[in-house]
Amino acid sequence: MGDTTEEQVIAIVAEQAMLSASEVKLDDNPEDMGLDSLALVEIVFSIEETFDVSVPFNANDLASSEFDISSVGKIVEAVKALVAAKG
Amino acid sequence: MTRRVVVTGLGVVSSLGLARVEHFEGLKEGRSGIGPLTITDADRLSVKIGGYADAFTPEGRFDRSDVSLFDRTTQMAVTAADEAMAEAGVELSEAEAVRSGVVIGTALCGMETVDSAYRTVFQEGKNRVHPFVVPRLMSNAGASQISMRHGLKGPSWTVSTACSSANHAIGQAFHMVKSGASDLMVAGGAEAPLVFGVIKAWEGLRVMSRDNCRPFSKNRSGMVQGEGAAVLVLEEMGRAKARGATIWGEICGFGMSADASDIVTPSQDGAARAINSALTDANMAADEIRYINAHGTATAANDKTECAAIHQVFGPAAPKLSVSSTKSMHGHAIGAAGALEAAACLMAMSESVIPPTINFDEPDPDCNLDITPNEARDADVSAALSNSFAFGGLNAVLAFRKA
Repeated sequence: MGDTTEEQVIAIVAEQAMLSASEVKLDDNPEDMGLDSLALVEIVFSIEETFDVSVPFNANDLASSEFDISSVGKIVEAVKALVAAKG
Repeated sequence: MTRRVVVTGLGVVSSLGLARVEHFEGLKEGRSGIGPLTITDADRLSVKIGGYADAFTPEGRFDRSDVSLFDRTTQMAVTAADEAMAEAGVELSEAEAVRSGVVIGTALCGMETVDSAYRTVFQEGKNRVHPFVVPRLMSNAGASQISMRHGLKGPSWTVSTACSSANHAIGQAFHMVKSGASDLMVAGGAEAPLVFGVIKAWEGLRVMSRDNCRPFSKNRSGMVQGEGAAVLVLEEMGRAKARGATIWGEICGFGMSADASDIVTPSQDGAARAINSALTDANMAADEIRYINAHGTATAANDKTECAAIHQVFGPAAPKLSVSSTKSMHGHAIGAAGALEAAACLMAMSESVIPPTINFDEPDPDCNLDITPNEARDADVSAALSNSFAFGGLNAVLAFRKA
């Protein structure tokens, strides 16, 4: 069994990518999954709503964004960090 | 004989100043009109800056009955129109009035009114709102109030094409005068979007800067919203000359295009087609243009795409152009943007000063043009373009020639 945060993040990503959760791998990256900039913004919104966190994400500057979206696994890690920081 | 269209009056309200002269001074000084927002519930926003015209208040400007009917958008539209008409010195006979109209671009509607009425019914739980909410908030309120104040009885309407609204409005007014359908048109844009609900909505798109507006700079971090209005009086050239009017410049071309690709991501092809179309309409060669007032929103995507489009159209002439984004100073006034920027083009031509792109820190290889960094420049500007590229991919470019 995966942990809850991971499953929830995968479900959010899968919904935007129009895939089933079982098709989403942790090393998949958003571009290969066909997620465009609007889909990323919706993913960030879903994460904020689901976990009650504020995600530091600026679409103008993905490279130096504090929120790593380079792969599904990185998103999971970043969400875990935000949830932990919330205390 | 071909009819030509000139600008004989110009009024401006922006975060740089509440009249044309102050706006021009701000542009020439490279002053920033962007600062902390103190609007209701600003503490609940993650984007807390904007180009807010703090000094603009209805008190002392409008009588009580107007204040109850005018949203801030309309207040600004009317203020700019009053200045433009006073400057143009137009007095219309009944026969002239029916051949004179008004076209105003507004992307949203009276959002201060919407925000406040929603607070009343949703937040405060009241079951009654002010009786004039509808005439205050409607998108055409500004155009209608201008027509009433100045007795403009000809074709009049409002244009809403997001960030291209004002350019579409001025361009359509230009067509009206050029075609002979009207002899005089009052045209421009107005927007007052700096209220909690609008900024909250924009935050969601993740394209807003939280610190400053730095168009074309490698460290740009997104757009900053502004507010304001600018209104131009357009007249057929022969008529304007016959009455001895002061001529700010000629509008000589208008180009429109649709990207037909993505609802938010800009397209180089769509932008380039609109620029080309404006040049063709003006019967101008690319190398005649000395200055381009860029759309220049300071988002990663716009600035890169816009520079690529300019290179595509201008080719070897591109390095000789001066380009600037005055949004760096007054913020992105959305539906009013093209009108504020038409004012900047008219200033560049009539006062021989190219306004700068301020907050420029670091060159970006993707924006490899002379973007007039940080300081205004003296230059003889014989012709200029003003670009507007809207969300929804609807593009509008105006071409100007020195009078």
